[in-house]
Amino acid sequence: MKQQLTNAQQEARRRQRDLTLRQVAAHTYLWFLLLLLYAPILLIIVFSFTKSKVLGNWTGFTVQLYENLFTGYDSVAQVHVDPNLYHSLFYTLLIAVIAATCATLLGTLAAIGIHNMRQKSRNAIQFLNSIPMINPDILTGISLFLLFVFLGISRGLVTVIIAHIVFCTPYVVLSVLPRLTKMNPNIYEAALDLGATPGQALRKVLVPELWPGMISGFILSLTLSIDDFGVTFFTKGSNGLETLSTFIYADARKGGLTPELRPLFSLIFLTILVLLVIMNIRSRKQTKK
Amino acid sequence: MGSRRTWAWPYVLFLVLFVVLPLILILIYAFTNPQGHFTLQNFVQFFSTIGAINTFIYSLAIALITTIICLLLGYPAAYIMATAELKIPAVMAILFILPMWINFLLRTLATVELFNMFGIPLGEGALIYGMCYDFLPFMIYPIYNTLQKMDRSLIEAAHDLGANRREVFTKVILPLSAPGIYSGIIMVFMPTVSTFAIAELLTRNKITLFGSLIQRAFGEGGLQMWNYGAALSLIMLLIIGLTSFFGNNEDTESNRSIL
Repeated sequence: MKQQLTNAQQEARRRQRDLTLRQVAAHTYLWFLLLLLYAPILLIIVFSFTKSKVLGNWTGFTVQLYENLFTGYDSVAQVHVDPNLYHSLFYTLLIAVIAATCATLLGTLAAIGIHNMRQKSRNAIQFLNSIPMINPDILTGISLFLLFVFLGISRGLVTVIIAHIVFCTPYVVLSVLPRLTKMNPNIYEAALDLGATPGQALRKVLVPELWPGMISGFILSLTLSIDDFGVTFFTKGSNGLETLSTFIYADARKGGLTPELRPLFSLIFLTILVLLVIMNIRSRKQTKK
Repeated sequence: MGSRRTWAWPYVLFLVLFVVLPLILILIYAFTNPQGHFTLQNFVQFFSTIGAINTFIYSLAIALITTIICLLLGYPAAYIMATAELKIPAVMAILFILPMWINFLLRTLATVELFNMFGIPLGEGALIYGMCYDFLPFMIYPIYNTLQKMDRSLIEAAHDLGANRREVFTKVILPLSAPGIYSGIIMVFMPTVSTFAIAELLTRNKITLFGSLIQRAFGEGGLQMWNYGAALSLIMLLIIGLTSFFGNNEDTESNRSIL
């Protein structure tokens, strides 16, 4: 009897040890991958606190680059930071906000329309809607480039914004459609029966129901627009319009990155990290409720 | 009810003008010469230029290798995160998703700097490493997503019915995670086969990929090269069409829209 008990205990202990061993291996693997993923990012963040032109050459701790980034002037070398960096930053945000707003409006209206269509035409439009999502950025960019040349529209800010609306709207449609399916289809009709005009019914009934989908579509559009390189590259023309992506690309091809990009990168990274953590905490609180 | 159907019309018009018409233009340019006459010359030029054909096959190979490496590295990571009883799974998931939100050019340049710092020469190895580095999160995320939604009782049922750990994995878990694997493959393969900027930055223009070939036809080639560039674009469109045809479309779309 006693012998049996110890056998069972030994078995349990062995299993426990196996489990912990597997867990240790699993943890090690994940941390190894994370190290690979974050090594370059950490390198840039570390070297945003030194002033050397090239990375890997540590010339002492300083926040000089952050100072340069915010003042636009390098007080030690007495030169201005490339003004195109600020222009590109401004245009990146401007294009993202305008394109995401237009995409959200267009996509929400489209989703409502698609939701009320018959299966056949719904499938046809959803197929068209999926093309810009499947198409790689280079093909979207080139096809729009040919269109603007064909129509005789000179490329610039407007064409870039149109192009960004093209690849953002499909995602808005896809984030609004599920809200429509979940919604009680009768409340819009009820509002109309009770004397609301279609405009009032839209504002007071539909929009509040669809709001969460619209917001996530808008945020997704913002990030897609800010992140884009390929489409912007082919639709921006040659009048000097740059977004952050095309600026970085041109800068890197000239050889050597503008050092002030290091603190900018670090700040962007930190912002995204904080935003993701906040979003995660909020969504977990919501699921708990 | 019926009148709200018309609300989609502005978008339908928009899609026809800015999605369908541009694709038709690629088709027209591909089959005409700069004077606007019908010709197959653009395709003849591609299939008779050994350099172009080699670049095409090389790009497919690089994209395939990148996709396979990402799958081999990413699946275990997604599996561990979705199943193991880790103390901090949420934090881990965020850490793996976070790089997707950072501009890929900046990430690529960060890798370039890392290679420079350690004196590793830029070239094919650096290119594959950089591509895997850029797109690994896009493989992990969809697989993690499907594994997380998986019904755990199926695994227990398989165990109770006498399957060993290996059988449970190959007969239950792997087939159930297939949709995630499909979307992961598509989300890695599509951008790697069409990229041009990453290769230029990671190899200092030493290696030309198919995407760069297209970009140069439109960028530096001048008007004469547009038709040739359109023909190359059409070939790439064919590859993309075939890939997405074999992949699980709806799942890929839903995964992308969560990003």
